[in-house]
Amino acid sequence: MAKVLIGHVGDIDAKGARTVRYRDVEIAVFRLSDGEVRAVENRCPHKGGKLAEGMVCGTAVHCPLHDWKIDLKSGNAYEPDEGCVETYETEVDPASGAIYITL
Amino acid sequence: MANTKRLVMIGNGMAGVRVIEHVLKLAPGVYDITIFGSEPHPNYNRIMLSSVLAGGTELSDIVINDWDWYRDNGIQLYAGHTVTSIDPVRRKVVSHLGIEAEYDVLLIATGSSAFMLPIPGADKEGVIGFRDIKDCQIMQEASLTYKNAVVIGGGLLGLEAARGLLNLGMDVTVVHSNAHLMNRQLDKAASAMLKRELEAQGMKFLLQKQSERIHGKKRVKSLSFADGTEIEADLVVMAVGIKPNHQLARDAGLSVNRGIIVNDFMETSHPDIYAVGECTEHRGIAYGLVAPLYEQGAVLAKRLAGVDTEGYTGSITSTKLKVSGVDVFSAGQYDEPPGTRSMKYQDELEGVYKKIVLRDDKLVGAVLFGETGDGASLFSLIRKGESVRGREKELLLGFAPGGAASSGKEDHLAELADDEVICGCNGVTKGAIAEAILTKGCNSVGAIKACTKASASCGGCKPEVEGLLKLYLGDAAAAPVKEGICGCTTLNRDEIVAEIKRMGLKTVKEVMNVLEWSQPEGCSKCRPSLNYYLGMLWPIEYKDEKESRFTNERYHANIQKDGTFSVVPRIYGGVTSPSELKKIAEVAERFEVPLVKFTGGQRLDLLGVKKEDLPRMWEELDMPSGHAYGKMLRTVKTCVGNTFCRFGTQDAMGMGIRLEKEFERMNAPAKVKLAVSGCPRNCAEATIKDFGIVAIDGGWELHVGGNGGVHVRATDLLCVVKTDDEVVEWAGAFLQLYRENATWNERTSIWVERVGLDYIKKALENAEERKALYGRIRTSIDQIADPWQEITQSRDLRKNFESLVPAQAVQN
Ligand code: SRM
Ligand SMILES: Cc1cc2nc3c(=O)[nH]c(=O)nc-3n(C[C@H](O)[C@H](O)[C@H](O)COP(=O)(O)OP(=O)(O)OC[C@H]3O[C@@H](n4cnc5c(N)ncnc54)[C@H](O)[C@@H]3O)c2cc1C
Ligand code: SF4
Ligand code: FES
Repeated sequence: MAKVLIGHVGDIDAKGARTVRYRDVEIAVFRLSDGEVRAVENRCPHKGGKLAEGMVCGTAVHCPLHDWKIDLKSGNAYEPDEGCVETYETEVDPASGAIYITL
Repeated sequence: MANTKRLVMIGNGMAGVRVIEHVLKLAPGVYDITIFGSEPHPNYNRIMLSSVLAGGTELSDIVINDWDWYRDNGIQLYAGHTVTSIDPVRRKVVSHLGIEAEYDVLLIATGSSAFMLPIPGADKEGVIGFRDIKDCQIMQEASLTYKNAVVIGGGLLGLEAARGLLNLGMDVTVVHSNAHLMNRQLDKAASAMLKRELEAQGMKFLLQKQSERIHGKKRVKSLSFADGTEIEADLVVMAVGIKPNHQLARDAGLSVNRGIIVNDFMETSHPDIYAVGECTEHRGIAYGLVAPLYEQGAVLAKRLAGVDTEGYTGSITSTKLKVSGVDVFSAGQYDEPPGTRSMKYQDELEGVYKKIVLRDDKLVGAVLFGETGDGASLFSLIRKGESVRGREKELLLGFAPGGAASSGKEDHLAELADDEVICGCNGVTKGAIAEAILTKGCNSVGAIKACTKASASCGGCKPEVEGLLKLYLGDAAAAPVKEGICGCTTLNRDEIVAEIKRMGLKTVKEVMNVLEWSQPEGCSKCRPSLNYYLGMLWPIEYKDEKESRFTNERYHANIQKDGTFSVVPRIYGGVTSPSELKKIAEVAERFEVPLVKFTGGQRLDLLGVKKEDLPRMWEELDMPSGHAYGKMLRTVKTCVGNTFCRFGTQDAMGMGIRLEKEFERMNAPAKVKLAVSGCPRNCAEATIKDFGIVAIDGGWELHVGGNGGVHVRATDLLCVVKTDDEVVEWAGAFLQLYRENATWNERTSIWVERVGLDYIKKALENAEERKALYGRIRTSIDQIADPWQEITQSRDLRKNFESLVPAQAVQN
């Protein structure tokens, strides 16, 4: 397990996402409208759509390819679809706004 | 494990595994299950092989139960093992790789094989059946090197194979021994219409031909017929019928006729040996469709679980051809045997044919061509066997809308067993729908669709789903539940727009708060629509919310299936120049663009571009965005017009370019396409565009509401004007009227039909009103800048195209 500094909250638009590559995985890092930051693997469980490019609604993201809705806390797809993505623990330094992901 | 029984199943196909699924539910832990399957795959939906062949669907898409399912349910699966013998005395089976399994209960579900015509040469390379994944692979491979494919058999399977081979780019001829295609399901009239339709798709036919011999050295080269003629063939697919796989059972001494003989409880002639599926023969019939096999399976599962069942008494079957662009349905008695009467409706113009066959006052058969929406309803009436006296015409001409859930049908639905499949596409049973209604609170077809996927594919079962809603919820569902623009609200488009105006709401968030959205941040449907309505209503104040736009409209490029994007720069009116082409070519080379293609909209598409390359590419192209991705003005197609063409009456290119410059960047409820043709020959296809202009001597015809997409619609003529300025003003006024009144995602074709041409004519006839509309569209468009330029010039927008760079780990 490693805690990695990946950027700053200001790097990500609200209801937006950026990607970060660490070793072999591409991770999508989302900033929700309440300021929370969430990180999941950037691969939709359906057909690998890049979730970072999806539309963020509340704590979920709609995949850009076929509109599966994925919960960003649990990584689970909403019914009736089935599947889940890897989620990563995130931490935001309240003072500096630095984002850390545990990988 | 002391009292578990050993259940061994031979065959890992559709019918058998369905039985196992039921048994696991009805009698968990009772059986210790072992399955042998010849194919090296988990069990998959064989029906969908046609889609795999036709392209776009992979094996993984059609797997019904994946490897994990077997593991999670403790099933020992020997995939790739063919059972070579059954020993009913020692109660064990042996596979070709030497695995032995002892059983307390044996289930034979070996399905069937393609019947190969026993003609000389049938064993040559390139001669196959169409039954499994392997056959699909062989056909796909053959299409890479060979040209001529011949399908023997003009039935369901043969036509689906032929369609797939056409998709693979082969030259396809279907050989059929009968004079009529699908002669086992269709009457002559429907069959003739089917043939015409398929010929239009590029299929060729040789009817009334008896195949006699296959020629070639190692691989097939040609096929000759009894009448002495011959046809070249590099691939021969035999789709002349199926042959139940019963040899194994026969060798073990079981009673076998055409299939393994079973009684109403799927018991074979031997104790504790059952059989199910296409390998069986029940009351003299060997079925070849899944619906009856699933019915057999439900009975068998109950038997194995010790649950009471009345047994299986046989099935009436219905068929649907799965070839895109051709809707064919047939059920029960399709021809008119003595003692029956029929009623027919034939419309050669629209390509619709319907027939119902009656015996006494009961419906016993139906054939539908072109319009098959009533198939499911007719089929349930046939199975129900109730009197249809007095309703014959209604049945033939279509169920009255809303009247679909008539009482007779409800009785039928009430009697259906829970495991009857209602939605054939997604395999959703009556029980699953009932559960969604009764325990998950679904009270509309939309909710049931979201919860179970019933009616989510072809929609053919919608009447049944509506019937079930009525059955379980009675009046609570009878009044159609008011459906909002999405699941987050019950308000429709007009109510929302009225409220936004009345209360002066200015952001998406405000609208959701004030109008009490159930999801605080909405969903992928309502967010973009609200964003559009707000922008349309408050063109100056509203700040477009890019986070409420779909991916393509945020990245200003079309996302592709592999996550890359495509770039389509604007080429006004489809008119370019050598230097512009050189520039595009150089950029394409510099960025190693994998594919450059002319679009159907007269411009160039650079496909396969990486997200991070987009801004730099736009910079180097230094051309405006073509908005090929947005609910916006797309292209304005033109023909060469009087600039060169000997028939041209006006400057079509000039007009097209002017209109494109006038309306580019226009946001709209849905995409908008224009075209200008220089004379009524209409080479720019203006009469299938949202706004189409056709030049005539001394003026321009303005056409509206055309569409060349899913539902092709020719335009309606709006009016004829004299000057170029009038064309621009009318176009702007029409587009603004559409922008202000249509529902998000509604193309003009649908909108024009909904509000009627007269409404539009009236609204635009008045010169003052027209000018006002034109003024408003100008105001809207003038607020918007070219997105590519905006992004390349803004660090803050540009960052979203780049990845973050992780620092080294701070803590290990
Ligand atoms: C590129 C192009 C195909 C081509 O290689 O020629 C194309 C490509 C796509 N079309 Fe198209 N259409 C293209 C011309 C057309 C045309 C022909 C035309 O415009 O003259 C039509 C029929 C005319 C019409 O729309 O009335 C057409 C009817 C559709 C439809 C059906 C629309 C409908 O109302 O029924 C869709 C689906 C949709 O919009 O929901 C669609 C959707 C798409 C999408 C956006 C699918 C998607 O969401 O990914 C494709 C994007 C591929 C990409 O990344 O570039 N495309 N599409 C054409 C781009 C034209 C351009 O220069 O902008
Ligand atoms: C291209 C195509 C399209 C179709 N379209 C439709 C349609 O639209 N609608 C419809 O209702 N039906 C359709 N069908 C028919 C449908 O697929 C079959 O009715 C159904 O699959 C039969 O199920 P089954 O379990 O009896 O046999 P199968 O699904 O064939 O399963 C039998 C399995 O047993 C295996 N097996 C055989 N012998 C042995 C052995 N000795 N040891 C181990 N394993 C063995 C076989 O390899 C096979 O995997 C279609 C079929 C095809 C090929
Ligand atoms: S539409 Fe008329 S002007 Fe245009 S190319 Fe055809 S014939 Fe010529
Ligand atoms: S890949 Fe995400 S929904 Fe299909």
